[in-house]
Amino acid sequence: MIASERRLDRRAAMRVLLENRGELLLVTGLGSTTWDAAAAGDDDRNFYLWGAMGAAAMVGLGLALARPDRRILVVTGDGEMLMGLGSLATIGVQRPPNLAVAVFDNGHYGETGMQASHTAESVELVAVARACGFKETFDIIDELGMRDFAAQIHNAATTLFARIAIRADEPPRVLPPRDGVYLKTRFRRAIGAERA
Amino acid sequence: MTEILERKIKDWREEIFAALKAAEIRQVGYVPDAGHARLIELCRDDPEICAVPLTTEEEGVALAAGAWLGGQRAALLMQSSGVGNCINMLSLTKACRFPLLMLVAMRGEWAEFNPWQVPMGSNTRAALELCDVLVYRIERPEEAAETVAAALDIAFNGDFAAAVLLSQRLIGAKRWVK
Repeated sequence: MIASERRLDRRAAMRVLLENRGELLLVTGLGSTTWDAAAAGDDDRNFYLWGAMGAAAMVGLGLALARPDRRILVVTGDGEMLMGLGSLATIGVQRPPNLAVAVFDNGHYGETGMQASHTAESVELVAVARACGFKETFDIIDELGMRDFAAQIHNAATTLFARIAIRADEPPRVLPPRDGVYLKTRFRRAIGAERA
Repeated sequence: MTEILERKIKDWREEIFAALKAAEIRQVGYVPDAGHARLIELCRDDPEICAVPLTTEEEGVALAAGAWLGGQRAALLMQSSGVGNCINMLSLTKACRFPLLMLVAMRGEWAEFNPWQVPMGSNTRAALELCDVLVYRIERPEEAAETVAAALDIAFNGDFAAAVLLSQRLIGAKRWVK
């Protein structure tokens, strides 16, 4: 990871979040964070969004409320988070202690030609999360910060929000399965929810 | 006569709540609407139900998907105008065949005072059907319990999205001048 740029490599950042994941359940937003998770290794306990932009954090909330016995990590991009910005307000009210929302922020819409996003201009996601009621927030620009956050996910007492500064590059796409029914069913089987 | 009517109105709302309880609904996402006020209150007061106020209705579609991933059943309460906000998010429901129950309080139809409610209200059913949501409608108090129970059955037994429209005639048009 390059410290001088104060931005992290996205694939390396995802690997840090998922190493020693234990029982951690993962939800990724459409686009690059889904490829990052697939690159780190496909897993039945990963639920990848291939569409429904803006859904990631709320899928994580529903899952966290349903399964207080498990830790839930949402990893999404700045563009996807911006489309669901209101969900930070909704999560800020609920604040389940088993949920962490991490935004890989490169200030750009990577899937559509690297147009600048609002975070490249005036919007500070950490400030938004704090204003919405998140009590523990992280603004991560180096590997030390990454490792601290990755450890906190497993024993936090409140909902976490992290903005992780990543470089605006496009590593080769690694595509996980994209059949939604398959992804849903294998996830539910993996956590014993299939016969609900 | 007034007393009987009022009791009936109270009853159908509580009957809908009883149907949600019987179907083991554990999360209820909502954007407030006057037509859902009693139901929201009942959900918020129930220790078995996590009531989640939303900033916009499509959040609830994603919430319900997450709940189901974790093995819980969720329902969404919204006004007809909120259906328009859900359109793209319903692709999540369809692509993954998530079960979903939406209870939609209608505006923009029976005796509507506000013309701004009419464009979405008059297209609510069509918009839902375009998204392959199964649509049911309640016109009379005595239909409420069985209609909601039937929609819950088809949604959660078959992994479908279903919406129940609560007609404005049933709810009573909003009073603008008291």
